[in-house]
Amino acid sequence: MPVSTEQVRHIAKLARIAMSDAEIERLAPELNNILGWVEQLAEVSTDGVEPLTAVIDQKLRLRDDVVTEGNIRDEILANAPEAQHGFFAVPKVIE
Amino acid sequence: MTELTAKTIAELRDGFRAREFTAREIAESFNAAVAAAKTLNAYTVETPDDALAAAEAADSGKSTGSLAGIPLGIKDLFATKGVDTTAGSRILKGFRPPYESTVSANLRKAGAGMLGKLNMDEFAMGSSNETSAYGPVISPWRRKGSNVGLTPGGSSGGSAAAVAADIAPGATGTDTGGSIRQPAAFAGICGIKPTYGRCSRWGIVSFASSLDQAGPMAKTVRDCAILLEAMCGFDPKDSTSLDVPVPQWEANLSSNLSGKRVGIPREYRIDGVPGEINALWDQGIEWLKDAGATPVEISLPHTKYALPTYYIIAPAEASSNLARYDGVRYGLRVEGVKSLDDMYSATRAEGFGAEVKRRIMIGTYVLSAGFYDAYFTKAQKVRALIKEDFRKAFEQCDVILTPTAPSAAFGIGETTDPLAMYLNDVFAVPASLAGLPAMSVPGGLDGQGLPLGLHLIGNELDEQTVLNAGLAIEERAGFTARPEKWW
Repeated sequence: MPVSTEQVRHIAKLARIAMSDAEIERLAPELNNILGWVEQLAEVSTDGVEPLTAVIDQKLRLRDDVVTEGNIRDEILANAPEAQHGFFAVPKVIE
Repeated sequence: MTELTAKTIAELRDGFRAREFTAREIAESFNAAVAAAKTLNAYTVETPDDALAAAEAADSGKSTGSLAGIPLGIKDLFATKGVDTTAGSRILKGFRPPYESTVSANLRKAGAGMLGKLNMDEFAMGSSNETSAYGPVISPWRRKGSNVGLTPGGSSGGSAAAVAADIAPGATGTDTGGSIRQPAAFAGICGIKPTYGRCSRWGIVSFASSLDQAGPMAKTVRDCAILLEAMCGFDPKDSTSLDVPVPQWEANLSSNLSGKRVGIPREYRIDGVPGEINALWDQGIEWLKDAGATPVEISLPHTKYALPTYYIIAPAEASSNLARYDGVRYGLRVEGVKSLDDMYSATRAEGFGAEVKRRIMIGTYVLSAGFYDAYFTKAQKVRALIKEDFRKAFEQCDVILTPTAPSAAFGIGETTDPLAMYLNDVFAVPASLAGLPAMSVPGGLDGQGLPLGLHLIGNELDEQTVLNAGLAIEERAGFTARPEKWW
C-alpha cells in the first residue's frame, strides 16, 4: 500500500521535522521503496509466534529507592541552548 | 625496532611492562601520528593531553591496570566527560557531557588514555561514514594503482581507519547491525561485538536500544580480547546489562579447535556476491579444519528476512530515542520561530542529516496508529523466528563461519541508493537481531588489493569460541598487508 505525499506530510508532523513540499515529494518515493521492500515479511508465517521482547533472557531487576547521584544542576544546564534562573528556557507558549 | 605506532596493544603493554619504552613515548608517538593524519578525517576531536596524562600515571606507577600506558581512540558515540560528544551529528554540536560512559570509564580504570574522538556515521546510521556531519572518513586503503578515496565502512569508520592507519592501537566501536564488523572487514582489522548486555549501554548515545552493543576494534584477535575484558562488566545503570562474570578471554585464547563444530549456513550463499568472497569463505572452512574443527552444513531459514526485520525495528527504536533532540536541553536550537512546536520542527530539520531523517520517518510510520501491528509487531515476531533459527543451529555446531560483508570497500559517493547501502549488512544483521557475539577477522586481499573479512558468530555468552576460531583464522591467514602510507 503506497504512502501518499499527504501521509508523508503527516508523518513529518508527528516526527516534528519541518519539511518543504519539495522534500516531501522527494521523500515519498524513497519511503515507498523501503516500505515496499520490508513488506516481504508478510510472506513469513508467524501464527502463534510471540513477538520477541528481550533478545537475551533476563529478569528485570529492582533497585533500592535511594538517591545515588545528582545535585549537578548547573553542569546539566551548561549544555542548554538557553537557561534562566536554574531552568531550561523555551520560547513563550502562551499566546 | 618496529615503530611504536605499528605495534599491537599486547606488544605495547608487554614492552611497557618490560621497560623497553615508556608510556610517554607511546603516547607521544601516537599523538604525533594523529596530528599528521588529518587528511583521513578519522578524528573529530584530538585529546593529546588526555593521552599524556594517562601515560604519566602509568609511568609513575599510579595506574597499573591491564591497559596502563595504552592510548585509545573513542568513537564519538561514547559520552566523554568535558569532551565534545556529538554522535557525528549537527544536532549535538558543542555537547560536552558532564559524565563519562561506563565503557570508556572502564577503559580509563584499566589505565587507558584517550587520543581523541573518532568520526562516525551520524547517530551510527550508515555503512560508509558518509552521513557524518564532519564529512566522510577516508580509508587509508586504496585500490591498486588508484587514488580514488574509499570508505572505511561504517558506522565505526573512524575507529577502523584509525587502527588501520596506525593512529590508534585500538578503538571503541558500537554495533547495531554490523557497525563494528563491516568497517573492520573493510579496513583489514579485527572487531568483535559481544553478546547483547555484556557491555553497558550507559552513556552511549542511543540508536536502537535492543540492538546497540559496544565492542573493541584492533589489529589482532588478542588485542580485541584484551580490550573486551576491560570494556565489559555488569552495570546497574543499564537495565539490560548482564549480571555475569567477565571471563578471562585473553588467558584462555587457544587456536586448537579440536572437537569444535563449525556451522556453515547454506542461506548465506547469496546471489551477486563476488566469487573472491565465496572463495575466501571456502578457504576459511579449510583453515578451521586445519585447526581441528569439523565443518557442518546448517540452515538458518529466516536469513533473507533479517534485513527487512532490522529496517523496521531499528528505525522504530531510533524514532523514539531521537525524540529527545528538541533544542531544549542540549545541542542545536534554531531561533526566530513563532512557537515551541515550530522551534522543535525547525531545530530537527536543521540538525538531522538526510539518512537520519529518513529513518526517523520510517520509524514514526511503522509505529503510527493503524500500522503498528502490521509492521512493528510483525517484525518482532520474525525476529523471534530468527533467534529460534540460531538456537536450533547451535544444537548442531559451536560457532558459525560466514563472510563479513558482500563486497570489499567501495568508493566515496559510489553507493547512493539507500537500499543498496543497507545490503552491506546482509551477513552481519542476523547475529545482531539474535543478540549473539560476532567477530570479523581479516582473511586476505581481493584482486584490487583491498581487505576482505571472515565473520564468526557464537552462541550466547560464548565469546571465547568466537575469539579462538578468530585466532585460528588469523594464524593461518597470515594477513600482514598494510595500507601504503599516502596521507
